[in-house]
Formats: sequence, structure tokens, C-alpha cells
Amino acid sequence: MVNPTKSSSKSKSKPAKSSKNGKSGAVGPDESDVAASTDHRELFRQMFLIRQFELACGENYSKGLIRGFLHLYIGQEATGVGAISALRKDDYIVSNYRDHGHALARGVDINRSMAELFGKATGTSKGKGGSMHLFDVVKGFMGGHGIVAGQLPLAAGLALAQQYQKTDGLTMCFFGDGSTNQGVYHETLNLAAVWKLPVLFFLENNMYGMGSSIERVRAGGIDFYPGLATYEIPAVEVDGMDVLAVKEATEIAVERIRAGGGPQFIEAKTFRFGGHSVADGQKYRGQEEVKEWETRDSVVAFPLKLIEMGLVTKDQINDVKAEVYEAVAKSVEFAEQSPNPDPKEIHNDVFA
Amino acid sequence: MTEIVLREALKRGLEEALENDPSVFMMGEDIGEYGGAYAVTDGFLKKFGPDRIKDTPISEQAFLGAGIGAAVAGLRPIIEFMSISFTLVAFDQIVNMAANLRYMSGGQISVPMVIRAPTGAGVQLGATHSQSFETWLAEVPGMKVVCPSNSYDALGLMRSAIKDNNPVLVAEPALLYGTKGEVPDEYYEVEIGKAYVTRTGSDVTLISYGYGMRLVNEAADKLAERGVSAEVIDLRSLSPLDMDAIVASVQKTNRVVVVDTARRIGGIMAEVSAELQQRAAEWLDGPVMRVGSDDVPWPYNRGLEREVLTDADDVLKAVAEGYGL
Repeated sequence: MVNPTKSSSKSKSKPAKSSKNGKSGAVGPDESDVAASTDHRELFRQMFLIRQFELACGENYSKGLIRGFLHLYIGQEATGVGAISALRKDDYIVSNYRDHGHALARGVDINRSMAELFGKATGTSKGKGGSMHLFDVVKGFMGGHGIVAGQLPLAAGLALAQQYQKTDGLTMCFFGDGSTNQGVYHETLNLAAVWKLPVLFFLENNMYGMGSSIERVRAGGIDFYPGLATYEIPAVEVDGMDVLAVKEATEIAVERIRAGGGPQFIEAKTFRFGGHSVADGQKYRGQEEVKEWETRDSVVAFPLKLIEMGLVTKDQINDVKAEVYEAVAKSVEFAEQSPNPDPKEIHNDVFA
Repeated sequence: MTEIVLREALKRGLEEALENDPSVFMMGEDIGEYGGAYAVTDGFLKKFGPDRIKDTPISEQAFLGAGIGAAVAGLRPIIEFMSISFTLVAFDQIVNMAANLRYMSGGQISVPMVIRAPTGAGVQLGATHSQSFETWLAEVPGMKVVCPSNSYDALGLMRSAIKDNNPVLVAEPALLYGTKGEVPDEYYEVEIGKAYVTRTGSDVTLISYGYGMRLVNEAADKLAERGVSAEVIDLRSLSPLDMDAIVASVQKTNRVVVVDTARRIGGIMAEVSAELQQRAAEWLDGPVMRVGSDDVPWPYNRGLEREVLTDADDVLKAVAEGYGL
């Protein structure tokens, strides 16, 4: 069992500025506080949006309106939101099969995302991709990928193109702890390091590869970041339940990459509160462990912290929530009312 | 017209693309400093530099996958495998990623990438270096697969493959790299998906591709000596497969022998046979005769390898067995 508080105390990331308690109250909010407040509200909005979106997905899966495999991001919101908030619009993001949170944090349209899960013609992939394969090339969101670790070389290749075209863009690649035992993970780290590719490897260590805890399948314990020394890739650990810590750690890594520092690696310790997929009965772990992590639920803790610090008001949080509830309800309505793909579409999009 | 060997024809296609299109670059094991295992890229590093001629670690998944990423971002990578048997190491990337990306993204993504790989047995490389997996990749939707049998097609198909906006496997028959053939001096392309009738005839259709063309041509010569007129078809593309050309020929000759130098079971000629059965049964005077290499791992010993590998006699035997010619 992994102790979440122990994990967080080991975090290498410095406490974010905003955690200096309530300083702004004494002198009145200055411009930077206003900006910070807006930023923080936006971070919370994205986290809350993902949470509500995922809950709606689960509900509609139960109703049989979403089928196939459904891997929810509940519990990991702070990680994806914090990481993606540090990127520019011209950067690429590559994700794995637990991709809804990353897509939404990137600003992929919520209606089209939900419609894709419903398999509808209005979906991001016209209903041909499904939950594991969300794409929005315009947003630089280069998929949702279904094979564990299979997305890593894709990210290296996007970064290779950025290097070849002499842009200062970069590629952020998400993967889980389960990926790290695949050969292609090690191949890609080496390739990226040898070629100094502008890629940010972002490990979301949620402690389980499907039903297998790290301890059962990996020699070397639950920490991955020390192993990156082998590839001479700078690597840090961050508390994935703390959105501001994730954001700050990512900003530092992004800056290094843009300065020509080559690949960087971040390991966020996080936790999925639900099963691997909605079909998972979680026989492999005790509910105690889950409950302990849930006490650090960022979607609950972050707004409380912001209110306590005087950066936002309770009313502002409630406004954000109301806005999110409406957006998610509308996305379900949009998905339900959208048409199924025309069977004529079957043979389209095989070849360019 | 100039006479050049097939290796030279491939090289010319690659070289002119590198010269004319800055988005074209190459990756592979030992294609730079070493000059390529089969010397196809010899001299390229010096001419085009290390950014465009990239020596890779021995990491087929990583560099093939990186090629996909680069293609998705708008470049035109050409990836060399040292042997088509090594594509197996990267099959996840080729099939799950390169071939599927366009469809599963609803048409948002294209993967304009060329995968080159020497294919085929015949030089005593044993089980792991002698296989012909172009037949496996030909059944993957989203992939195009071509295999030239001569210098003209090698250059023409390479030009088309590099221009194509999809992943294209160019399987290069290892036994034919040094085979001479005429190539026009003026620019031309060979369209992917079109078979070619290399010899017209009226009594029997012989169909093959790649190294197999050498065998069917030899068999056709011997048949001609006996007064049997063979029509010979070179598939050139395994995917898309030009069944219309095949059916048209069979409608004319009413007899057919399909010839593969790859193993028989599950090969591309199994597909051709099944399609012919359905589309041309009423035109046929006998069974679709299928010739292929034995269904065993490739043996090292020269005598055994020759025995396993399809040859012209196997073709003649099939013509006799099937149609009494």
C-alpha cells in the first residue's frame, strides 16, 4: 500500500508561491494577485470540469449509451491540468488511453468529446475512435492511444519534427507507471536523449498498472525518476495531487526544453480513485488505501485552499461549479441528440 | 534509357527526393557512416548531412515510431529496416499506429511515411533473416505495400511511395539488388495499386511479384519453347491489389498459376486465389494453381534452402498438373 501523505512529503517540488498564506489580504490585491486569482479559478474550473465529465461518462456507461472500455481520470485531475497549463498553444500533447482529462485540459471541445464517447458522427473522430482515441489536431492534441507505451515514440517523432523544423515548440507525452516495463519506453528515452529532442516525458504514477501494484511488477520500488539518470535525462518528482506544484515543476521543465536542454522527465505521484476501467471491481486493493488518497482529493482541497488564502470567494467557486454542471449536462444532451455516423463513412479515412 | 541495377534505381529515387524536398529525411540502422547494410544509402551522409541521414540506435520500435510522429507533423520520413524480418519488432508501431491513426482520428491525421526493407530468402541467412512479411502487412487497412521486380519499377514505385500521403512499405527483393534493368532518362512514376502485364500470352496466366518474377519469366520462356503462350503479370503492389487486371487476364487465358516465393499459407497469393475463385470461376478451365515456398522456418543449408524456395520448375509442374500443359 502506498501512503499518499508520505508520497507528498517526499515531493521534490517547492511549495508553490500561492501557498504563502493570505499575504494579499494585508495590502489589498495587486495586479499579480488578480491574475493569479483568474489563473487559479481556471485551474479549478478545468479540474472540476474533468471530474464532472468523468462522472457523467460513468453514468452514461451504466445506461449503455457509452460502450467499449472506459478509463476514467477521476483522482488525477490536478496532474493533467497542472501539466498542460504550462504549455503553449503550438506545443503538442500525446496521451494514453486514459485521455479524457488531458483532452479537456487542452481545451478540446467538450461536446465533441462526449459525442465521440457516444460514438456519434459529431465526435472528435466522427465516432470512429472512441474513448481511448480522442484527437484534435487543431489543438495539438495528438491522441489518445490504446497500446500501453505505444504513444512514446510518436511523441519523440513529433518532437523530432519540431527540432527539424527549428521551432521552439515541444511535445508533452503522458504515460502511466504501467508503461515503464515496456521495451519501447526505454528505447524512446534513449532515442530522445541521444538526439536531444524537445520532449517532456510526463509519468503519471498512479501506483497501479491495471490491477498490478508497482511493487508486484517492478524491481526497484515505486520511484521512477531516479532511474532516468541512466539516460542522462533530468527528472523530478512532484506531488500530483497538488495542481500548483505540478504546474510549477512543469514550467521549469518546459523552460529547460525551450532553452535547448533536450528531453526532461517529470514523475507525478497520483492516484485513480476508481478502477482501471469502469469494468474493474478492484479486488486487488483495499478500500482503505483508496480512502486515504481521497482525503487529498484536489478537486475538493484546491478550492478550499484558494478560499482560505483569500484568492477567491466561495461565490466565485460556486459560479464556476454552476457553469461546469451546465456545460457537462449540455455535452450529454449534444451527444445524445447527435446522429450516428452514416454507414457510408465506413470506408472513408482509411487512406489520405 | 540507361541500364542500372535495382539498388541504383532505388538510390536514385531516394536521392532526388532528398534533393528536391527538404521535408524528406531518412532514418535507420547504419544508413549513414556505414552506408547501409545493402549500400543503398552509400554516400548520402556526406551529401545530405546528419540531420537528414539519421543513424539510429538498434531500436526499431522507437525509430519507426518516431518516423510516424515526424510524418504526422508534416515531414516525409523514409525509414530503412535492415531486414523485413526486423519489422516484426516494430509491428505494434506499424500496425497499431501508422496504419490506424488516420481512421481512428476520423481523418485528422495522415502519415506520409516510407518504410523500406529488404525481403526474401536465398542467401543462406537462416530463419530470422529470410522471411517475406510484406504479405502480412498487405492485409492491414491503411497500409500500402509495393515490391518492385526490376529497376524501372524500383525507381517508379519509390517516387510514388515518397509522394504518397500514407504509410507505404517498399519491400526490396534482396536477391535482386544487383540485377540490371533499363530506366528512362526522363521523369516517370509507377502508380501504386496497378499490376503490370509484363508479357502477353493466350494459354495460361502466371502471376507473381518481386523475386518471383525471375522464376515466372524463366518458366514462361520454357513454356514458349514447347509452344505454350504464357501471359505474365507482375503485381508490383500487394496493397492495393489490382484484382481487375488479374481477372481480365484470366478471362482471356482461362488458366492461372499464382507464384509466391514467400511461404504458401496465408500469403498474398492465397488472397489472389480466393478472389479469383469468386470472381473468375466460370472462366477457369481448371483449379487456381498455387505455388509457394514450403511452410517451414527458413533453413540455413544451401541445398535445403534451395529446396524450400520456389523455383521455375515448381511453376512448370503446377502448369502441367493443373492444366496438362
